[in-house]
Parts: sequence; structure tokens; C-alpha cells
Amino acid sequence: MSSIAARPDVIPAAPKNYINAKSTLMSWLFTTDHKRIAVLYLISITIFFGMGGLFAMLIRLELITPKGDFLTGDMYNKAFTLHGVIMVFFFLIPSVPATLGNFVLPIMVGAKDLAFPKINLLSWWLYVFGGVMAIGVVINGGIDTGWTFYPPYSTTYAASNVTLAILAAFMAGFSSIFTGLNFIVTVHKMRAPGMTWFRLPLFVWAHYATSIIQVLGTPVIAITLVLVAVERVWGVGIFDPQLGGDPVLFQHLFWFYSHPAVYVMILPGMGVISEVIPCFSRKRIFGYEFIAFSSLAIAIIGFLVWGHHLYVSTQSTYAGLVFSLLSFLVAVPSAIKVFNWTATLYKGQITFEAPMLYAMGFIGLFLVGGLTGLILASMANDIHFHDTYFVVAHFHYVMVGGMVMAYMCGLHFWWPKMTGRMYPAALASIAAILVFVGFNLTFFPQFILGFLGMPRRYHQYVEEFQVLNVMSSAGASILGIGYILQPFYLVWSLVKGPVAGMNPWGAKGLEWQVPSPPPTFNFPDGQPIVVEEAYSYTTEESHSGA
Amino acid sequence: MAHSSDGLVAHHFEDLEQQTESAVLGMWLFLAQEVMFFGGLFVSYLVYRIKFPDAWATASGALNVWQGGGNTVVLLVSSVTMASSVWCAQTGRQRGLKLGLWLTLILGLTFLVVKYFEYKDKFFHHLIPGANFHWTGPVIGSPTEGQIELFFVLYFIMTGMHALHMIIGAGILIWIMALAYKGYFSPQRYMKVELFGFYWHFVDIVWVFLFPLLYLVQRHG
Repeated sequence: MSSIAARPDVIPAAPKNYINAKSTLMSWLFTTDHKRIAVLYLISITIFFGMGGLFAMLIRLELITPKGDFLTGDMYNKAFTLHGVIMVFFFLIPSVPATLGNFVLPIMVGAKDLAFPKINLLSWWLYVFGGVMAIGVVINGGIDTGWTFYPPYSTTYAASNVTLAILAAFMAGFSSIFTGLNFIVTVHKMRAPGMTWFRLPLFVWAHYATSIIQVLGTPVIAITLVLVAVERVWGVGIFDPQLGGDPVLFQHLFWFYSHPAVYVMILPGMGVISEVIPCFSRKRIFGYEFIAFSSLAIAIIGFLVWGHHLYVSTQSTYAGLVFSLLSFLVAVPSAIKVFNWTATLYKGQITFEAPMLYAMGFIGLFLVGGLTGLILASMANDIHFHDTYFVVAHFHYVMVGGMVMAYMCGLHFWWPKMTGRMYPAALASIAAILVFVGFNLTFFPQFILGFLGMPRRYHQYVEEFQVLNVMSSAGASILGIGYILQPFYLVWSLVKGPVAGMNPWGAKGLEWQVPSPPPTFNFPDGQPIVVEEAYSYTTEESHSGA
Repeated sequence: MAHSSDGLVAHHFEDLEQQTESAVLGMWLFLAQEVMFFGGLFVSYLVYRIKFPDAWATASGALNVWQGGGNTVVLLVSSVTMASSVWCAQTGRQRGLKLGLWLTLILGLTFLVVKYFEYKDKFFHHLIPGANFHWTGPVIGSPTEGQIELFFVLYFIMTGMHALHMIIGAGILIWIMALAYKGYFSPQRYMKVELFGFYWHFVDIVWVFLFPLLYLVQRHG
């Protein structure tokens, strides 16, 4: 990394920035600079994204044929469990907040760093320790409980590395809690003069809402996982009904976190989209306050809907009724966002750079993911769709079509800021289109499969389903190519990419008013004073604002 | 909490007020997180107590109310000594600060020693959940042994988590005492004491809930 600074074609008088400030490995591993920590996260989550993707590949390879011939049932169970555990705890949850959020949030509010830089570093180290444990799980033979760790299978019967996987998730959980805590305090206390709450970029609002969930939700799953581990190690009954426990209690505790956690996996993405859409439509965002408060509404209502995962457990019908209503309600703020983004596009001066392609893809895919969520939120439908591929398709539309697209959107948007370099625009656009096409081909057939009744988590299926499964696997290959292209041209851009300048997109926001890459304490001219609203774009302005 | 010790204001803050407010808010959020962490345990306790009232009444009788009650007093007094330590730190009373911290530490360790004897007693009476668990005491209603064992599972996890917080607290307390002896604290620089006070009071409050829930199940009027 440090070699970038030593490259001959950088302007010789290049001022010190966060990358070339120090060059030893230790100065990276024990840095308290939020930007360097963001880069550390970026590298680590990319590794885990690759691992999770590898397991997805195994799943899709197995499902090309109806017979369970490529993987044994046992291996297949491990493949989808590891895919889930790694993608959820080690990619999706930290993806946007820990990398892009860590990098730009302090700059956006006009601060030199997050409120607690050392805790930020601690949070990365916790993630690394958790990640090493997760790799340990993989090496030691995997885990086969599903990412949900449902007892009594996980506590009593599973012979795989449940305890180690739980510890890994526990560590990653506290890493996430500390990130959230840091963000909340930073947003409250570190804003520059003039940066009022309603001048904050919506990216910051989205992260604020996310952080509330991280701080209040994650500890519940932490203690729940501890209980599973205790039950498993000491053979005492907490959740196993044979020993007097109640497995449904586990499901309640688990989803009390894990449902809000799906908003941890989408809200930051929505924040990215709220930045990118106004920039590439040259318009102030439509309905700023509504988007800001809808983030908070999602975070709050999101805590009250967990029971929709338990319609077919022993949960009472009346509880189910309430959870169903609340689940419908949580769709409202999400819809508000979608309407406001599209209204922002209206009569905008729209251009389709790579980040904008991802953002448009996000809106479409999130819309499908969100609307199919309503189908699942109604109790009668859910009894039919429960544990079918319809559910798999639904949450992949939100998690992958939504969050992964948004993550890539943000990465392409802020890459010039983070590295000072531009990536090849054409290649990036091709990758974005490949991802969009591949994604739809992978997951749309799964809606039909689920509708026809194909259950999830089986390594074999009846022959009628083969065509749709082959389509899905073919789509996954296209999706894979779209993903694999990115590290190549992004790394290439570090070496050969043209120098980006301070503001290649002509974007608004404090992060575009500092050099690329920013210096260690972000604002070379001292603390900024904010005098204008967020997104004060004008349609006539040209794109070359640098 | 996480600031460098050179100078009063860490590099990334504009002034002392911002730094202090950030630290206080950060600590409150950390405690909110702790409330949710223990909350998962309290919910589990509640669910099983409602499901198995007889087992709860029966098993609670095996806990020593005098030891538990005495420990409650010990912790409450330690909260007083901690609060006075914070006041001494704020007002620059160095001797009072050291005395308060010493008393807090001694009371905290007293709690842990009593807890140790309680656990040891459970061990001798086969009340540690697992293969050797065996209930021989008097029975209220008709609980199964598995249900009684479940009470003790929760008893050990809840008090164990609490004790773990006490041990961590004692560790931090010793570090703060070391700082106090170095003359680190002054009326301008006392946040570490104050924030630790937050934590210590929180751990006390957890016990204030644990004591009646675990020890006094069958002792209400």
C-alpha cells in the first residue's frame, strides 16, 4: 500500500496524505486514523466476500442437477451455512458502515476523526479475531446448522464447529457494536460549526439509524449465542425441550436481533444511494426530511417485527397478526425512500457513470425485494412460502440486489476520494451491468422455484425444477464475473489510474472539499464552517467541478 | 476513555467540553448496550419463571438469602464510596480519592469472595447444572428436576456474567488507582474516574435486580 506514495508519476510536491503519512506495516495495523481503518476493513471484508462467494459457488454447482451428486448432503449443509455465516457476519454487516462509513462519515460531519479512534481500531481487531475463528471453523470441518444456529440441533445434535462459529459471530458482533457507538457519538458531538442536523448528508442519517440498531440489538444476540454455547458445552438445558428448555425462546431472542440486523444490512446502503442519486441528477434530493426520518422509522419499527420469522413456530396467531401488521408498516418508510429517489431523478440532468448504474440497479432490485417482503409478511402466504426458495430470492434481492449493489455503488463513488485515482469508467460500467443482469438471472428464477414449492437447504430436488435451477446457476456465473472484474481494475487504477483530483464528480459535501486522498486529519485548512444545505446542486452546473 | 494522555484534549477534539461530552455519551451508549446484553438473560429468566413457577419457588430456597442480602449491602455501600471518589476527583481531594477507590476495591473484592463461597456451597450440594446435578432439598408444588436445574443454569449464568463484570471492574479500578497514585487526576482531568463510576453503578444496579429475582422468589408476603 505504501508503495503508492513512492510512485514516480505522482506530482513530486504531493502533500502528505493519510496513505503516505507513514509507511510501516505497524503504522497500518495499529493506526487510529479512521481512513486507514476503513482501508483495513475494505481489505478484510473483501477476503470474506470472496470466501462467502466460493461457498455460494459450491451451492450453485450442486444445484445444476436434480441429483445430489456434486456434494453430499452433509457437505451441502456446510456450504450454505458457511455461505450464510460469512456473508452475514463478516461481509454484509460491516460492509458499508465499517469501510465507506468509517472513511467518509467523520469527514462528512466535518470532524478530524471518529470520537473514539482507539475503540475504532479495537473494533477492527475484534473483527479480525472473529474472522480468524471463522476461518478456523472452515479449516476444522465447517458448521452445518444454518446461519441461524437453531436449537436443539445446534445445542445437542450438530457434530460440527458450532461453539467456535458462535464465538466468531460474538466477536464480530462486538466489533459492530463499537462501530455503532462510535458513529452515534461522532454524529452528536463532532459536527463542525454550521453542520446542523438537517444539513447532515443522508448517508450520515442512515448510519445514525443503523448505529442505534447495532448498539441496542447486537448485545441480545451476543448473550443468546453465549447461552447456546453454554448449553452445548455443559450439556445443560436452556433451549433443548428434552432438558426442559424452549427452542422458540431462542428463535425470539435470535430474531430480536437478526431482524433489525437486516436493516443494518440495508440502511447504510440506502444512505449511499441518497448520496449518489442527487449527484448524478444534479438536483437537490427530494424530500430530505422524509428520507432522514424514514431511516429512523425503519430502525425503530424494525425492532418490532421479528415475529414474522415465527409464523409457523408455536407463536400465537394473535401475536402473528400484530407482527404481520407491523411488518407491513415497516415497508412504508422504505417506500418513502424509493419515491423520493425517483422524484429526485425527475427532470434531473441524469448521467450514467458507474456509481449511478449501481444506484439505478439498487432501486429496481430493492423494490422487488421489498415488495416480495410484503407477500411474506402476510401470514397466510407465509405458511406456503416459509422455507422455500421464494424466501431465499426475497432476501437476496434485498441483501445482494440491495446492499451489495449499494456497497459497490459507494465504493465506485468514493474510490477516487479514498485513493486519489480514477478507475477505467467503461470497465466499471460493464461490471455494473454484468452484476445487474447476472443477479436477476440468478435470483428471479428462485422466486418461481419457491412459488412452485422448492424448499431451501436441500441438495437435491425433483426434475421439473432443473431448468430454473440451471438458469440460476448460469446467472451466478455472470454475477461472479461482474464481481471478479472489480478487484482487477480497481487495483489497476491504484497504479495506472489517472489522478482524480479533489472532486471528480462535481459532488457536494465536505468530503469533496478536501484533497484526494485526504490528509491525516482530513481538513488541511482547519475545521470547516458549513454555510449551505446538503445537496445544493444546480442543474446547469457542469460535471467538471474539480 | 480512549484518548492519549498527553495534554488534556486529544488531537481530534476541538476543546475539552466536546471531549468530555463525547466520553459521557459514549459511556451511556455502552451501558445501553449492557442493558440489552443482560436483558436477554432477564427475558429468558422471565419466560421460564412463568412456565415453571414451582421449580423457581423450590430452587430459590436453596440460595442463601443472608449471603445474597449481605452482598447487596456491600455493593450498595461500594456505590457510595465510588460516588465519593468521583466527587473527590472533581474537587481535587487526592487523599479522599485514593481512600474512596481503596474502599470501593475492598468492597468489590468482598462481594466476589462471598460469591465464591456461595458457588462452592452449590458445588457441595450437587447444584451445579450438568451430569452431577441432583436435587435433594424440599419441594414446593411438583417441579421436575430438569426444571429446577434450569433455574440453576440461569442462576449461574446471570450471577456469573455479573461477577465477570465485577472482576473486569476490579481490574479497571486497580488501573485507576495506579493513575491516582501517579497524581494523574485533577479537577480538569477526572473523566476516567467518573466514567468508571458509571460502570460501577451499573454493575451494582444489575445486582439489585438479580438479588430479588433469584433469592426472594418465594419470600414475598
